[in-house]
Amino acid sequence: MRKSKLGLNFDQVDDAKRLAKNIAEQIQQFVDGYTTVTVERTLCRLMGIDGVDENEVPLPNRVVDALLEKGVLSQGVLYYLGNAILETGKSPQDIAEAIAGGKLDITTLPIHPLADIQKAVQPFIEACLTRIKGNVAKRNEYLSTIGEGPKPYLYIIVATGNIYEDVVQAQAGARQGADVIAVIRTTGQSLLDYVPYGATTEGFGGTFATQENFRIMRKALDEVGEEVGRYIRLCNYCSGLCMPEIAAMGALERLDVMLNDALYGILFRDINPQRTLIDQYFSRIINGYAGVIINTGEDNYLTTADAVEAAHTVLASDLINEQLALMAALPEEQMGLGHAFEMDPMLENGFLLELAQAQMTREIFPKATLKYMPPTKFMTGNIFRGHIQDALFNMIGIWTHQGIQLLGMPTEAIHTPFMSDRYLSIENARYIFNDMRSIGEEMEFREGGICRERAKTVLNNTIDLLKQIEKEGMFTALEKGIFGDVKRPMNGGKGLGGVVTKGEYYFNPFIKMMKERW
Amino acid sequence: MSGGLYSMDQKDFDQTLDLTKVKPYGDTMNDGKTQISFTLPVPAGDEAIEAAKQLMKKMGFENPLVVYSKELTEGFTFFNCYGSTVHTVDYSTIYVPKVESTVWSMDETDDFIREHIGRKIVVVGASTGTDAHTVGIDAIMNMKGYAGHYGIERYEMFDALNMGSQVPNEEFIAKAVEMHADALLVSQTVTQKDVHIKNMTELIEMLEAEGLRDKLIVICGGPRITHELAKELGFDAGFGTNTYADDVASYIAQEMDRRMHGNK
Repeated sequence: MRKSKLGLNFDQVDDAKRLAKNIAEQIQQFVDGYTTVTVERTLCRLMGIDGVDENEVPLPNRVVDALLEKGVLSQGVLYYLGNAILETGKSPQDIAEAIAGGKLDITTLPIHPLADIQKAVQPFIEACLTRIKGNVAKRNEYLSTIGEGPKPYLYIIVATGNIYEDVVQAQAGARQGADVIAVIRTTGQSLLDYVPYGATTEGFGGTFATQENFRIMRKALDEVGEEVGRYIRLCNYCSGLCMPEIAAMGALERLDVMLNDALYGILFRDINPQRTLIDQYFSRIINGYAGVIINTGEDNYLTTADAVEAAHTVLASDLINEQLALMAALPEEQMGLGHAFEMDPMLENGFLLELAQAQMTREIFPKATLKYMPPTKFMTGNIFRGHIQDALFNMIGIWTHQGIQLLGMPTEAIHTPFMSDRYLSIENARYIFNDMRSIGEEMEFREGGICRERAKTVLNNTIDLLKQIEKEGMFTALEKGIFGDVKRPMNGGKGLGGVVTKGEYYFNPFIKMMKERW
Repeated sequence: MSGGLYSMDQKDFDQTLDLTKVKPYGDTMNDGKTQISFTLPVPAGDEAIEAAKQLMKKMGFENPLVVYSKELTEGFTFFNCYGSTVHTVDYSTIYVPKVESTVWSMDETDDFIREHIGRKIVVVGASTGTDAHTVGIDAIMNMKGYAGHYGIERYEMFDALNMGSQVPNEEFIAKAVEMHADALLVSQTVTQKDVHIKNMTELIEMLEAEGLRDKLIVICGGPRITHELAKELGFDAGFGTNTYADDVASYIAQEMDRRMHGNK
């Protein structure tokens, strides 16, 4: 028997989940018919293709663009790569280099039987999955030897633009108590339809997500983790136009947490809804297989919409994201569903409303590693009040057993955090988490009180909204601006040109093998 | 910590306010008391505290006091300090260029536009360039507004379009032309390596190249924007922190009126 401290009616929760499942199934039916340029580039990467040509264009882009130009991408890159392997006896990397050098056109080779082609790619697929499984084993080994910090994990960001400077900041943060280090991406990377290559030292407001940068930071965090006796998780972003590619890079380099949310890309980056929902599916399959905790971006709705009025849109989106993740075989424990502490600090009893919503989210997703976001919208530059706002946020984090506490900085809205800002934030959280460790077990919510009523209202509104979305479909809901007050047409936004219908010979064995945990 | 609950410092300085020689106020006129915190790339210890004090003196603080220090990570020490600055400024001669308009409420602005402009004013806004932050442009434009100040979308006499974030200048201008915009609002939040300066300069240059600059009221806003900077870059006005839709809307209405009727 599930028990709710808030007096939630679990039959209603089940209703909400059933509605969300119907919505997710509608989306999935659409998604299954298509692939995209970045999904195909992901397959190149998983097959071992890496590197750039003389113009810094990544080889996966060269291979996929070659197929796109010939109008045959609908058959999928594995079809042509597998055939080329049979025909030339070369590795995928050698084939990609030959394509980039203008020495090979894989669309004009004699075509082998489909079964042979599928067999030809199999060893490369298995090698790739073996490597990813090795990473999962390595993480588990660390967790069982040096262990990890208690939840909520303390999550901090580094954002210097220079990966080597990021390392200094990240290691300092870990020594101060951080459990998760997120390397913020450079402004605008989400809109690049390729993933840059190599170690980078120049970025605006963040650092390029590249596989080499992942590797550098992974090594640094393993070192500092061994030093402090705590596994330090690495977070980056597989969002934007290259969701599955970056998910693949994260799987190959043992990232632990990845931002992954098509809805966020649609609403806040104006990425085409069709494109990114297709991309999201494969990226979540990869994340699920690699043991990566995904973080969804619902918290952002409240930076544009009002946190009191729009609370139900956050919950509705969390419910839909949960179902979409389940369809990609992503375990509940790896779902970092997002929500936030974003109410106006001048609101009377705002703390109680925030507390109710956080507790409600906890109870509705009992196994999820919920991601709780700090105040940003009403951080004013008054760093002293800001530090108190963050303290209230931390109280709710420990009270309601959040999974990942994204630490607020007193200097939010002023600059990317100084080393000292991070110290103050971690000190704030550790003080409160320790001082109030068991408050959630001690305190109960009064029947008929503000908190119970708030949770009930938000859940009721959520169900109404889900009914509406179920009836109209997700794409129509987006066009109407239901989430974050932002309107996004189905054929608008960036990246639609990269969507391709799957053809007769299209195959992608990773989907089944990863979902079934080969 | 410092000398305990009661300050035993001698107050042997002139305690009358002189606006030509203003300095910080702690609890006594002209005490110059300032709080400051910073991190030095040195390990914690007596030498670190001495380094912080010497630095405070070079910054112009007398009686520097390091009240707290803590090594954040190996080789980096954080300090909280107090001191009395020796410097003063002449407040009486300060001139800061400001947007010269009267701030009205939404209804007042709408009434003014009805009476003096006689049609809706078309405003297109965006967070342009690579800037992904919408919080600024949303605060000014969205229906809901910010901190109780309704956004321009809610005004009856404005036809407002918020294009969101990461809008290239080309698209921004194309939309302005398509909508026959009267005013453009550019929000810039990311200012690292002066990326906002380059981007805003580019917008003005493109508008000039297309002969549109004089036909539009071009406004920028953001946490690092001042009216002075805006004018320097060729904008009509700039709005910094603590300005709301009311400020921007009243300015646009009054500037439109000035341009149409030559009123002062």
